[in-house]
Amino acid sequence: MKDVMGIINLVEPTELLKDLTKHRTLGAVPIGGRYRLIDFALSNLVNAGIRNVGIFVQDQYRALMDHVGTGMEWDLARQRDGLFILPPDSRGENGNHQGDIDILYRHYDYLERSREKTVIMAGTSIICNMDYKRVVAHHQEIDADVTIVYKPDTQSTVRCTVLDVDDKSRVTSIRVNPLHAKTHNISMKMYILKKELLMELLDQCISRGETDFVKDALIKNIDRLKIVGYPFDGYIMNITSLSSYYHASMELLDPSVWQELFFHAGPIHTKVKNESPVHYGHHAKVTNSLIANGCIIEGTVENSILFRGVHVQKGVHVKNSILMQKSDIGKNATLEYVILDKDVIITKGKNLQGDPDYPMVVGKKTVL
Amino acid sequence: MFKKECIAMILAGGQGSRLGVLTKRVAKPAVPFGGKYRIIDFPLSNCANSGIDTVGVLTQYQPLALNAYIGIGSPWDLDRKQGGVAVLPPFVRANGGEWYKGTANAVYQNMDFIESYNPDYVIILSGDHIYKMDYAAMLDYHKERQATATIGVIEVSWEETSRFGIMEVDQENLITKFVEKPENAESNLASMGIYIFNWGVLKQYLEADEANPDSSNDFGKNIIPTLLADQAALYAYPFQGYWKDVGTLESLWEANMDLLDENTSLDLHDRKWRIYSVNPTQPPHFLADSSQVVDSLINEGCVVYGQVDHSVLFPGVRIGRGSRIIDSVLMPDTVVGDNVTIAKSIIGSDASIEDNCQIGDIGGGRHAKLTIVGETTHLAKGSLIRPNIE
Repeated sequence: MKDVMGIINLVEPTELLKDLTKHRTLGAVPIGGRYRLIDFALSNLVNAGIRNVGIFVQDQYRALMDHVGTGMEWDLARQRDGLFILPPDSRGENGNHQGDIDILYRHYDYLERSREKTVIMAGTSIICNMDYKRVVAHHQEIDADVTIVYKPDTQSTVRCTVLDVDDKSRVTSIRVNPLHAKTHNISMKMYILKKELLMELLDQCISRGETDFVKDALIKNIDRLKIVGYPFDGYIMNITSLSSYYHASMELLDPSVWQELFFHAGPIHTKVKNESPVHYGHHAKVTNSLIANGCIIEGTVENSILFRGVHVQKGVHVKNSILMQKSDIGKNATLEYVILDKDVIITKGKNLQGDPDYPMVVGKKTVL
Repeated sequence: MFKKECIAMILAGGQGSRLGVLTKRVAKPAVPFGGKYRIIDFPLSNCANSGIDTVGVLTQYQPLALNAYIGIGSPWDLDRKQGGVAVLPPFVRANGGEWYKGTANAVYQNMDFIESYNPDYVIILSGDHIYKMDYAAMLDYHKERQATATIGVIEVSWEETSRFGIMEVDQENLITKFVEKPENAESNLASMGIYIFNWGVLKQYLEADEANPDSSNDFGKNIIPTLLADQAALYAYPFQGYWKDVGTLESLWEANMDLLDENTSLDLHDRKWRIYSVNPTQPPHFLADSSQVVDSLINEGCVVYGQVDHSVLFPGVRIGRGSRIIDSVLMPDTVVGDNVTIAKSIIGSDASIEDNCQIGDIGGGRHAKLTIVGETTHLAKGSLIRPNIE
């Protein structure tokens, strides 16, 4: 994989996660008790042996930069290559960015300068534990121009890019967010292609005033290029809305999902916080939950995910909820179907109740 | 010339033979502690938090795990352009070489390392104590009193005085008498094995000590008594707070259990004085529907289906259904099957314990005898292990 570089494309719609993406780009959304969405994309790339990763960001990327730092946690703090964070420059017309083509094109020289001949491009809205070595081997074997990784037969295609794939693996049509889909093959937004080809497509799009990688570079060239689908048979989490974020998170409470997502092709790396192990008090009662380090648990927690440093005081009952970093739940409070963003303080005796299909979200640093 | 005001030397060469099978393959300072840490994380983190950025770690017994663990020191912010952490094993010179003969000799053999930083003060630390301490405050105390040497001291119970170097002090904390492991102590101020020396003076005494063939080249036995005999200004620096020498299996078990006490004075959650360590890449731990966990410390990567009561679980430990873990310490990646009972035991890393095993004095409570199962031990179904530590 010495000849492959990675691009993480953070030009993704964020408004669907409402409060959770008010202050952060989608890639920086916390997930799974101690991770951010981007950890999966980054770890999958480095676990495949990739040593050069560019992260193309658009807005609200401070939290993301703080999280990835120098890339040390992913072994990407290198003398040569390593991690590059590539922001848009400020000259966008009216301050509006034009889509991913625009941002990729602005860093044309980064692509030019990189020595690798093949590019893996991925987003962060779909997370999985992926062995890219097999995907690249398939791409080379079948001599594809572009490989798109897809998940066959998914239940929902809402807000997905849907592919038609023929029996020779050839992608015959690509539809972005169709209301009615004929097939249930959804694109995992991971693309493998030659760097030369990517640069050619960028140049072509820019010269025609086009802005979107999938709609303009791929769909418009579907007859000219050999676009191939690679079916992924593992577990995926597709974050397209607050509700899907909540339900996907809860699936982590299935130990087989936990095992596959965090260990399958390699470990998922993240920023280290040096928190102490979780302390369970004498009255703690915790079942079917994921608890991250630094928590102090003195109350009852069931079917929930607790991020680092959460304090659950005595008499508290937390059920079917996601509590992010450093939330503090005061005595005798009860929470059900609630998502607390970072640093939320719930004072004693409070009762918060959301709905399974519409969990209540409490914004960052709120005191209730 | 490049200069550091104060550098630290951590004595980490002890074999730790009293820790039995736990130190078969690692030096004592690298023994796991507290669900996450290694013992040496405490002095290293104290250095980092006290602003000491140059640290020599003196090792000679089973150094592989310790060297690999310390690496370039980045977990403790000790990867520095000037200074940082250096692992210092004994080595061969033009005129031969030898093992470290004692604590003082270990420092003597590394005088070149110390001189290269031209320090005013050297702080000598031990790699096998659990405590949180601000060495900068101790250095200020040392400077204020214009001491030649300052020794960290703590009050121990009178029954324990025969295990320590015991000091008698005057009203100004000037040390008047020092006895190593006395049978009938007249004071209960014990040396914590933490010394700050003026480097110029220490250097002279190390050279004189080395020239004395009868010396056992030890700080407690030789250097301190000689300084005292020469009426040097030796001050005691009284320390309040949690401090524990984990030199024996029983004390290692106790120190782990101390962390489970809600009123423990060793607060691992204190964000102002973090204990840093090498973090494994593990997801948050999972407690299943059937689990029951109270009064315990559990680290990332664990999966618990059974009961955990008053115990410490390191990363990656698995506990099967119907199993009960009581008053025990399970080191990293230990796998416990179904219907196993473990009471008052320390289980070494990577052990695998199959279904229906019984380990330790079950029902014996916290005063029962301790049971140790060594690392990578495999116990077949239904094995019975009785307490094996006197």
